[in-house]
Amino acid sequence: MPTTATATITVRVLLFAGYAELLELDDTELVLQSPATIADALDRLRSLPGGQRLPPKPLCALNLSQAPVNTPLKAGDELAVLPPLAGG
Amino acid sequence: MYLTTDPVELGPLLQTVQSPGHGGIACFIGAVRDHHGGRSVIRLEYSAYGPMAESECARIVGEAESQWTCRVALKHRIGRLAIGDAAVAVVAASSHRESAFDACRYVIEEVKRRVPIWKQEYFADGTVEWVGAGEAGRFAGGEPGSELVTNQGISEQ
Repeated sequence: MPTTATATITVRVLLFAGYAELLELDDTELVLQSPATIADALDRLRSLPGGQRLPPKPLCALNLSQAPVNTPLKAGDELAVLPPLAGG
Repeated sequence: MYLTTDPVELGPLLQTVQSPGHGGIACFIGAVRDHHGGRSVIRLEYSAYGPMAESECARIVGEAESQWTCRVALKHRIGRLAIGDAAVAVVAASSHRESAFDACRYVIEEVKRRVPIWKQEYFADGTVEWVGAGEAGRFAGGEPGSELVTNQGISEQ
């Protein structure tokens, strides 16, 4: 019988400021089972060392625009996890 | 480019928005303060998600210019800043002062709400903390920055 390969997507994940310090990581790639959402990527980040200290719903941006955590991801997306903003 | 590592100066920004039809020009400078929460601050360090910060600044300036029929110049400095340094400057020029003040206020408030920039405070007691990260630099859910912010206002995720 033919086997069904599990489709995966690779997304780039950027972390900034305090979040980058928590995970000791500022730029990485995640391979996720498709379909996947931002929440799935966040769950994966939480499994990394230091990731459990990320807040439940951090501010996220997908391809340079803010996006809610239920936004679907596609291959090649750039997901940024943004700590509380503090410009000005 | 709205972000710069160079000192922010009003003169060049004024030149970009001045015109014979602009009778009102409002300027705002956000400068590095020497205290926060009763503690002495000795310097700040700003960082940004550069590409998104640039696009968000452009969007904010565009919104202000279309809403108030004005010209807006905006610069935000990134990197290490000393006490008294200008971190951000907004200049809004319009026919009359009301719209210049309104546009200037709108831009600085939206920059603070929407542009992905972070600052780290270096205190005189030797501690270093990210602004907005909560006590002892810890991050918690439900803080202002964890809300989804759009130009229509704030909505929960």
